[in-house]
Amino acid sequence: MKGLTFDIAHLLAGGLVLISFMMLYQDRLFALINVFALHALVLALSVGWQAYIQNAHHLYVTAAIALLFKAIVIPIGLHRIILRLGIHRDIETAVGIGPTMLAGIGLVTLSMVLMLRVTATADALAREDLAFALSIILLGLLVMVTRRNAVSQVVGFMSLENGLVLAATGAKGMPLVVEISVAFSILIAFIVVGVFLFRIRERFDSVDVRALDDHRGERR
Amino acid sequence: MIPGVEALLWGVAALMITAVLAVTLSRRSTATGLIYLITLAVCGFLLGIALWCLVLRPTDVTSTTLPVGLPWIGAHFRLDALSAFFLVVVNLGGALSSLYGLGYGRHESAPHRVLPFFPAFLAGMNLVVMADDAFTFLLSWEFMSLASWALVIAHHREPANTRAGYIYLVMASFGTLALLLAFGLLAGPAGNYTFEVMRASSPPAPLIATIVLILMLLGAGSKAGLVPLHVWLPLAHPAAPSHVSALMSGVMTKVAVYGFIRVLFDLLGPPTWWSSVVVLVLGSATAVLGILYALMESDLKRLLAYSTIENIGIIFVSLGLALAFQANGMGWPAALALTAALFHALNHSFFKSLLFFGAGAVLSATGERNMEKLGGLIHRMPVTSFVFLVGCVAISALPPFNGFASEWLIFQAILLSPDLPQWGLKVLVPAAGGMLALSAALVAACFVKAFGITFLGRPRSEAVDRAHEVDRYSLTAMAALAALCLLAGILPGFVIDGLSPVTQALIGGRMPTQISQPWLSIVPIAESRSSYNGLLVFVFITISASIAVYVIHRFASHELRRGPAWGCGFPDMPPDAQYTATSFAQPIRRVFGTFAFRAKETVKMTPPGDISPARLDVETHDVIWEALYDPITGWLEYATLKLNRLQFLTIRRYLTLVFGSLVTLLLVVALWL
Repeated sequence: MKGLTFDIAHLLAGGLVLISFMMLYQDRLFALINVFALHALVLALSVGWQAYIQNAHHLYVTAAIALLFKAIVIPIGLHRIILRLGIHRDIETAVGIGPTMLAGIGLVTLSMVLMLRVTATADALAREDLAFALSIILLGLLVMVTRRNAVSQVVGFMSLENGLVLAATGAKGMPLVVEISVAFSILIAFIVVGVFLFRIRERFDSVDVRALDDHRGERR
Repeated sequence: MIPGVEALLWGVAALMITAVLAVTLSRRSTATGLIYLITLAVCGFLLGIALWCLVLRPTDVTSTTLPVGLPWIGAHFRLDALSAFFLVVVNLGGALSSLYGLGYGRHESAPHRVLPFFPAFLAGMNLVVMADDAFTFLLSWEFMSLASWALVIAHHREPANTRAGYIYLVMASFGTLALLLAFGLLAGPAGNYTFEVMRASSPPAPLIATIVLILMLLGAGSKAGLVPLHVWLPLAHPAAPSHVSALMSGVMTKVAVYGFIRVLFDLLGPPTWWSSVVVLVLGSATAVLGILYALMESDLKRLLAYSTIENIGIIFVSLGLALAFQANGMGWPAALALTAALFHALNHSFFKSLLFFGAGAVLSATGERNMEKLGGLIHRMPVTSFVFLVGCVAISALPPFNGFASEWLIFQAILLSPDLPQWGLKVLVPAAGGMLALSAALVAACFVKAFGITFLGRPRSEAVDRAHEVDRYSLTAMAALAALCLLAGILPGFVIDGLSPVTQALIGGRMPTQISQPWLSIVPIAESRSSYNGLLVFVFITISASIAVYVIHRFASHELRRGPAWGCGFPDMPPDAQYTATSFAQPIRRVFGTFAFRAKETVKMTPPGDISPARLDVETHDVIWEALYDPITGWLEYATLKLNRLQFLTIRRYLTLVFGSLVTLLLVVALWL
């Protein structure tokens, strides 16, 4: 049983990394949000599995929050925002897909090398989990860096938060308070960013963050 | 209860409360008198305790921990003989400055800029001397620096003062950074920052010890004014009100010396012989350059500030000698050199405070700091000029005053250098002695100039002509310091014996007991080698001068005769035709100026037929500023211009920067482990 539980946890965490990679090459906003919903779904599964194998019932709550908000409410909300802004046809990548994927591979390698070496004494499951979580965090940052559009930067940020939740649930005995606060921080970030998007839109007629830079009177 | 560190901390707390009180009261007219009266009382209290501890219970060490500062660590304070001695220096200077401030402070145009910071500054200096862990030390050090900075820019409307304040702030931050790194190295990987643990731990590796020495020279040296880190000192010390200048020059530089002694002699473990070489070379260069700068100066307060640099050089030479002797296990020569250094520090605090008080008196009476506009004040301010003369004689190291006693001790230590085993030191120490002798001669010339141009001759401006003697508080403070200069000069044995517990605790040796010597002589080594009796010299000078006066007045006329001065044949001599400070310094500028200041004199003769006067232009350069500080500021300006672009990046680039630095740090961790 030990082997199987480990393998499933491993599979789900690895799946999250894979979906993070999928986010890297989505150049349509709808596709990106769909992939993010998938990301959140797999996260919910992973957290649920952790709850099952650690016999920690409070983690089911976390899984439910992830499923409800991140996989359903936020993607639907973002869909609506994009439709209202009328930017669903925009294509945006700041860096080419090839270099981005290569950079992603480098980041995953880095986090594996680092985490496996740092946590040499830790429990095997936690080690793998932490390595994957760090990969997801770095890939989320990479998404934020390679995009120009504010919506996709928000998505990158939220996938980064997913990595944090994965790390938090992988470690045994993390109290629920932390996860709820993480979930709420995302919700608040979502609301704030939503408001922020409309404010930019009102003022500059675009959600391209370049508009903000132009407003500051700068050239690139 | 045995008064110790707790009582002292109560005094410091009283000073802090006074600072707060000053903030609330400072706009009222009675505030000046009240605040200085309180600081006088508190400093007197602290001085009493420190003297009591130093003289009566020299071997007692009291310490305490206050639950402030870093959590779970607290602030450690400790009182031993070295702290007690420097507390005496700090609080004696503080008390007399407060007394002087009672009178001088009334002329202050903006008392609310001075009164709150004055007690805070005193409190900071007291805390530095008592601190017993690195955190408390650095915090107090920075507090002291900032309080004195606020006093430097008290008159911030003068552009020169804001520049002085800026340079002071930069140099003080740099110095604190160096100290921070030094304490970090001393604490080692275990990271225990109490001095007690540093003292008990095994001596650090030679490389670490060298770096700590260099960092201490940078940190304490920049505060004390070691060349080439002295640049802020002649700008900042004169910018403050005069009683604060006296504190900064006379006392704060000593606090820096305290920091150096505490680390080098107490915390770092046994020194190596070549560490003394660095200190000796820097000290002698500081001594000579400081006084050369002072000679070129015609601003009275800046002259005094440069002379402070020279005296710090003397103290550091003496400390270097102590290091050299200690490295070779020569206990009592090291004790002699350290005693000489501490004695000179004490003496310098006396006569430099006195001279700054005198300069302040001249400033408040005439509104003038430039010596080229002073002159003839001896008739208008007779008491001030007398005590100023005492200060000049003392700082010029003429017997029977205190400057001679301490410098004589330093030379006694230098004369022991042939006993040192290293040839490098055998050659270097006499050379440093030669530099000291040179600087001593230049000091005499410098203070002949300072006194002669300021107080003798005829007034060079109208304001000076109308000058009057200053108030009684100022005169009392100056007279007290003059009396101390004389007392320490004619009874040096008591001071030397008072310092013996300090050397005993730091280097395990002491000088022979002096007060048991017949006729109160001081005999540092042995009767057969050398001895000095200040009292006898004083008695001899007094008697011979009295006899001479008696004989002259007995056999010559009592009448005071005034006759016309010979004016090279000119009928009507304006005061401008008098000898000036610049012309007094000209021969010395010709001798040393070409290499020390790249001085250049150009004579511009008018063509035939032109009736305008010929001109002599003198151009001098501050070589250290141009060679060291100008390039640094240039690079900094270049770098900041280049880095300024970072202020105007796009949001995505900022994110990229954060991302890049995160990945770089992770890479470092990955490669390191």
